[in-house]
Amino acid sequence: MGELDWTSIPGALPFLWAGMVTTLEITLLAVLVGIVWGTLLAIMRMSGVKLLSWFAAGYVNLFRSIPLVMVLLWFFLIVPALLESLFNTPRSADTRLSSAMVAFALFEAAYYSEIIRAGIQSVAKGQLGAASALGLTYAQAMTMVILPQAFRNMVPLLLTQGIILFQDTSLVYVSSLADFFGAAYKVGDRDGRLVEMLLFAGAVYFLICFSASLLVRRFQKKVAT
Amino acid sequence: MGYHWNWGVFASPVPSGETSYLGWMISGFETTLALSLSAWLIALVIGSGMGVLRTVPNRWLAGLAAAYVELFRNIPLLVQLFIWYFVLPELLPAGLGDAYKGTNPLLQQFVAAMVCLGLFTGARVCEQVRSGINSLPRGQKYAGLALGLTLPQTYRYALLPMAFRIIVPPLTSEFLNIFKNSAVASTIGLLELAAQGRQLVDYTAQPYESFIAVTLTFMALNAIVMSLMHLLEARTRVPGSMGT
Repeated sequence: MGELDWTSIPGALPFLWAGMVTTLEITLLAVLVGIVWGTLLAIMRMSGVKLLSWFAAGYVNLFRSIPLVMVLLWFFLIVPALLESLFNTPRSADTRLSSAMVAFALFEAAYYSEIIRAGIQSVAKGQLGAASALGLTYAQAMTMVILPQAFRNMVPLLLTQGIILFQDTSLVYVSSLADFFGAAYKVGDRDGRLVEMLLFAGAVYFLICFSASLLVRRFQKKVAT
Repeated sequence: MGYHWNWGVFASPVPSGETSYLGWMISGFETTLALSLSAWLIALVIGSGMGVLRTVPNRWLAGLAAAYVELFRNIPLLVQLFIWYFVLPELLPAGLGDAYKGTNPLLQQFVAAMVCLGLFTGARVCEQVRSGINSLPRGQKYAGLALGLTLPQTYRYALLPMAFRIIVPPLTSEFLNIFKNSAVASTIGLLELAAQGRQLVDYTAQPYESFIAVTLTFMALNAIVMSLMHLLEARTRVPGSMGT
């Protein structure tokens, strides 16, 4: 084995940073859309309307039983064709980033909706009754009474899911999109320094995720008391 | 959209002629099964061992297990897989590394994916085992020790039998995850189910048939494993706990 040689990292930092920005963009968008859509799914699932609750249950179970890699491949296949028929974008256009964003947002919503459903169910049942006794409609009770309390309980879990999502975005590798991991892999492949770049990427992910999970844990202790 | 559906594609022979595309799918399915089950075995053994260590009084051992969990939980699965596959053979002593690289490449892919998935999932199993042990009333451990059992005996005869029964439901979801995560192994070229599906797209230009077949197979696998685990859950449920 050759000696480890880290010299290709400094020159590649701007490229790696651009990759990290892509990773963060996908993560943030997927977290935001995932929470909003996930909340709607959770409410639908618990609603008395059979059709809505079946739809939400089907959606969640579908996404939770397929590997993320397959979901990504599906969206890389379908989204370009869809965009083409909707907006007449040329087929050669690079839609990998938008495909990845749509895929992660829809996929994560299934996982978020389960967290949110558990959060809503953790709010005492009497609250809904009390709210309607006070004359609030179901929608008002949800948005002003139930959800604020539910979200407070859920914040640590939602954040932890965000960290998992941040790690999962590395799977856009299957579309050779240059997110942080993709960028690191490309640099390592180009310079013949794959070993060093993979170790570097692993160390960066570890530092970010470990610090983030420590922060979540501290926050959790604070909320719990 | 002008897409030509052709479900007959699975019956047509592959270019080399030795099997049909359906044969490729079946062999991919078998690889997925073999990979997931062998990785699950590793995950259970390592996860149980580490989970016990996390709860022992010795701070060094508990710290070691905690470090294992943090390391394997905070690096993406894909990065771990690439490190096992591309990096570790380079870091072995020269003679051993070369000997390993001389073995069958298919075997190298399988071993890297199996060890990677096993240790990745093991870290999650470890946390479940720990929380299972910690959920038992403290008196159980003290009662065991007071009866003259050694600490290992207390774990073996009092704590672990109860803890494992409690954690069957969360282990079910880890077991399901290992099948889904096994698809990541397609990135290092291991021809499991998802990789066979992509290969079929490359050869036949029938992406929808191939992806639908792979997706449905994963869903069926998920449903089968889930119902088997529900049977196990029903049999191992602790009487008097929730759901009985």
